Amino acid sequence: MSNLLTLSDAIRIHLHHGDCVALEGFTHLIPFAAGHEIIRQEKRDLTLVRMTPDVIFDQMIGMGCAKRLVFSWGGNPGVGSLHRLRDAVEKHFPHPIEIDERSHAAMTVSYTAAAAGLPCGLMRGFLGSDLAQHNPNIKFIDCPFTGERLAAVPAIRPDVAIIHAQRADRAGNVHLWGIIGVQKEIALAAKKVLVTVEEIVDDLEAPSNACVLPAWVVTAVCHVPGGAAPSYAHGYYDRDNRFYQAWDEVSRDRDTFQRWMRDNVMDTVSVRGGA
Amino acid sequence: MVATPSEVMTVVAARMLQEGTVCFVGIGIPSKAANLARLTHAPNAVLIYESGTIGTRPTVLPLSIGDGELAVTADTVVSTSEIFSYWLQGGRVEVGFLGAAQVDRYANLNSTVIGNYQAPKVRLPGAGGAPEIAAQAKETLIIINHDRRKLVEKVDFITSAGYLDGGDSRERAGLKAGGPTAVITDLCVLRPESQTRELVVTQLHPGVTRERVAEATGWDVRFAKDLSQTQVPSDLELSTLRELERQTALAHSIDAEDKTHLNRIDSKTEVTRP
Repeated sequence: MSNLLTLSDAIRIHLHHGDCVALEGFTHLIPFAAGHEIIRQEKRDLTLVRMTPDVIFDQMIGMGCAKRLVFSWGGNPGVGSLHRLRDAVEKHFPHPIEIDERSHAAMTVSYTAAAAGLPCGLMRGFLGSDLAQHNPNIKFIDCPFTGERLAAVPAIRPDVAIIHAQRADRAGNVHLWGIIGVQKEIALAAKKVLVTVEEIVDDLEAPSNACVLPAWVVTAVCHVPGGAAPSYAHGYYDRDNRFYQAWDEVSRDRDTFQRWMRDNVMDTVSVRGGA
Repeated sequence: MVATPSEVMTVVAARMLQEGTVCFVGIGIPSKAANLARLTHAPNAVLIYESGTIGTRPTVLPLSIGDGELAVTADTVVSTSEIFSYWLQGGRVEVGFLGAAQVDRYANLNSTVIGNYQAPKVRLPGAGGAPEIAAQAKETLIIINHDRRKLVEKVDFITSAGYLDGGDSRERAGLKAGGPTAVITDLCVLRPESQTRELVVTQLHPGVTRERVAEATGWDVRFAKDLSQTQVPSDLELSTLRELERQTALAHSIDAEDKTHLNRIDSKTEVTRP
């Protein structure tokens, strides 16, 4: 199995300061362990890409990894604000952050365009919305056939995409299921793909139409059980809703946040990881 | 049983969802109202969440838009790109159910910033799926708590277009589909007037006066000539809603002591992956 790496090696070898990196997973299968490893390795000046930044990007932004954020909905799902994201945008703490803000539909169009090798994606959207006025990455064109005014957004082609999946086989083929979000799209959009998985199995036993990423499009697979917690992995463990609620209090205060990150992320070591 | 203002809002919103309707549902009160409809008068309403779950029938309300419960109880689960392209943009959605931080006189929605975009006073979560839902569903229902800071003359930022500057400005901007048909609050229901498209109060909830509504609204709000009274929530509606909330709280352990949990996640063993 050629593409199996430890998580720390995968991040060290494949992600560099200043890279554009997408961590996807729509509420489900959020690659938390990989995000924590990026924080531990103190990667800097990253362009972070995620439809829903969620707690993982709140942590990465608060720890100073991000130069730029590309996103469409930046809240704590079911709870409220992401306080570290807000602090960066409102008070420029720990430093100013550039924002490229789109809608969910526009993010998916940007990913599918990149996956399809196109420079931009088209959609019906943003008419009457102020977002287009503030984001130079949202423009309008007229359909050459019907004349309809359509929105165009540039493809998002990250240097690295990171996703979490339920399992991989020993050859490095990856299988995910449940709410599959935009993982396939972002994997095929990116130049490199890192996948953390719950389990390595002999046979994926995937039905013929299952969401499978063949080993030859995956740069590295890392065996990281629990790697999506406190989000969830369908069939393995549930979303830790109480963590998301408790995060509101932890993240509100800069010092409490720093202390929590030191105790729970910085001073911990990612030991497990395949090979 | 006596309903709270928030319960009345949820029940009134649920009543607007007709049996068999295909509905794109936002998280929070919209999701609560849509599921209440499904559990009472509209068992065959088709609920779609932007996480890609189609025809979902959750037994408890999801805390997040992508809870596993939504996937397990769905007819099918598709990718997020497919839900927005084939299903929403493709014109399959009849009703969009949305919330927002602010709604204005012409039913435009703000969920982006309070204050200036470049230097916001409050940075809100942002658009999510709302702009396209508001543009592409055949009609949109908006649910929001009635407060002067929320029902404003003009939103600070148009995240999702309602009727823009009123009159035919929505159509002139190139937006084809229907737009908002009702704003449901904890005090009343407002609907866009046919020509001006200005929101006017068409229905008052039990015990609510015109003065109270006027006071809680950020513009000089008008009342329809045929102003009606909201029918008091029935025992069935209320007991179904309360049971749904009870089951939801149990499932999410929302009422458990968060402090205990905070200690638990503070311990190193919890997140170290040995």
